[in-house]
Amino acid sequence: MSDWTTYEPVLIPNIAGLDRLETYRKHGGYDALHAVLHDQNTWPDPASVVQEVKEANIRGRGGAGFNAGLKWSFMPPVDGGPRYLACNGDESEPGTFKDRKIFEYNPFLFIEGATIAAYAMSITSIYVYIRGEYRSWIHKMEKAVSDAYDAGLLGQNILGSDFSVDLVLHSGAGAYICGEETSLLESLEGKRGYPRVKPPFPAQRGLWGRPTTINNIETLSNVPGVIRNGADWFKSIGAESHPGPILYGISGHVNRPGVYELPSGMPVMTLIEEVAQGMRNGKKLKAIIPGGSSTPILPAKDLEDLTMDADALRGAGSMMGTAGMVVMDEDTDIVETLWRISKFYHHESCGQCTPCREGTGWLEKILEKVVTGQGTTRDLDLLLDITSQMEGRTICALADAAAWPVRYTISRFRDEFEARCKPSLIPVG
Amino acid sequence: MSQKSSDNGASLSQNGTSAYTFTKEQLAEIEVLKTKYPEVQAVTLPVLWMAQDTFGHVDPEVQRLVAYTLDLPESHVHGVAEFYTQYFKTPKGKHVLDVCTCLSCHLCGGMDTLGYLENKLGIKAGETTPDGEFTLQEAECLGACGYAPMMQITNDVYVNHLTPEKVDQVLDQLASGDTPDFESIPMPLVSTTSNNEAAGGSDE
Repeated sequence: MSDWTTYEPVLIPNIAGLDRLETYRKHGGYDALHAVLHDQNTWPDPASVVQEVKEANIRGRGGAGFNAGLKWSFMPPVDGGPRYLACNGDESEPGTFKDRKIFEYNPFLFIEGATIAAYAMSITSIYVYIRGEYRSWIHKMEKAVSDAYDAGLLGQNILGSDFSVDLVLHSGAGAYICGEETSLLESLEGKRGYPRVKPPFPAQRGLWGRPTTINNIETLSNVPGVIRNGADWFKSIGAESHPGPILYGISGHVNRPGVYELPSGMPVMTLIEEVAQGMRNGKKLKAIIPGGSSTPILPAKDLEDLTMDADALRGAGSMMGTAGMVVMDEDTDIVETLWRISKFYHHESCGQCTPCREGTGWLEKILEKVVTGQGTTRDLDLLLDITSQMEGRTICALADAAAWPVRYTISRFRDEFEARCKPSLIPVG
Repeated sequence: MSQKSSDNGASLSQNGTSAYTFTKEQLAEIEVLKTKYPEVQAVTLPVLWMAQDTFGHVDPEVQRLVAYTLDLPESHVHGVAEFYTQYFKTPKGKHVLDVCTCLSCHLCGGMDTLGYLENKLGIKAGETTPDGEFTLQEAECLGACGYAPMMQITNDVYVNHLTPEKVDQVLDQLASGDTPDFESIPMPLVSTTSNNEAAGGSDE
């Protein structure tokens, strides 16, 4: 991997005032959209754009890590009816705070990326779903969208071409589940955010029953770069199997928490020790949660030589998720931390599927018992049993997201849990 | 369901009397909102927001106004309002303090911040001060994990890196009728040579 200290950010470059359209355009902004719409030699048709993005292998930055261009290619042929792009700015996975940086510092990069995506998939309307808590950032986006409309970069005949698309900002109102793509569609339609059964997949039946693609904000923000510089350029950045820039959100017990743009595949220890400037108060590292609260915890001993890319993290027994890394020092009470995570999932379960609605509640209750010293060692096995009754038995992945932290935290830190528990005195059966 | 309009453009409930009304301007704004979606139902969330920003909450009577204005079943609007945590289903204090105690904030003192506020205001999380000034709430992850502990003020501005001193300041500011400004937190540069510069500053 190239030297990260000389890496030049492309998603959020160090340019003041990039949230102003004139500054964005002065630095090459909208060149990519212009090329796609007018350079017939390079981009003869929308399919050529899909092909390039597919080739670049932009793996979805919202957590699932699916090739964005491949997802685009699932859209059915144009039939004259409406087609939708839903941009996922719900950003609610604990430990994740990256997309708001794009809204704040480089909003037009995202808008340009979404517009290119719309062209590539013959989309008629773009809906941008932003979590309701981000009101300050929604206001920033309203300004940017309005400026883009005024400059002929959204709406009718964009940049003088025959391509037209509208973009609508839609505020959530406080529900983690709305980051799940089909729940997001329900919420956009004005309903409770209950995830939908798949199939049919959104590409077949999405918003208002029409073909829809859902992409994360950061994912779409990578598109202009791919169009400008080519898929090969994108693939030359970072880890081969998971290429491109990543907005790493580092939080917890480090000296300099924050969002950092660096190539994918950064060594975990470099992120902690150099990028985030080491552990707070000179404490020792105990564990990390690599990509948001649902990704399994990794103890410090497993972090040597581990890199932040999907394959390496899977090999280590965790996941890339949103690259929102939560760092915990030696004083961290792992039992209490797990209880807090379970409390979150219990609060956020939409209640549609019984294994999740009931399971998340029991996980929280039993963990509370363990935290307060009332638990027995058999409760730990009960917890593990409940997780196996939840995983893969529900409409969406929230049950899995709630089960994994419990399963892996207990298996990787069992000593600490047992130390909190009383022996089980009543015989089984 | 019937929808009646009085002289001031307000939408009234079934029997023609309602404690809550939308202004003519708001009704016009709702018409514009409707043009952005293929179905009216899609504006349920935006109109609930409009109602809450106007009346301070969306109690069942406000939900009814929204339902009648959009010609949607009250049960639908009620179901939506109940599902989303940011909608206040009962009136709250003038300022609602949402203190994040989720994962990263929990690790970095979010519970201490909440406890400090409970002592200072003399109420527990979920309660409102007797003078109606402050409602204190425990919030799930607000997406400010690197700036913990933090809180959100009445569904709007975030206040980050909270310390007891900063909490005191914010409370004084709110009590005097002022609200804290939006705080831009630039991304730290990754360069190993500089610690203080930052990327992405908006206007500086």
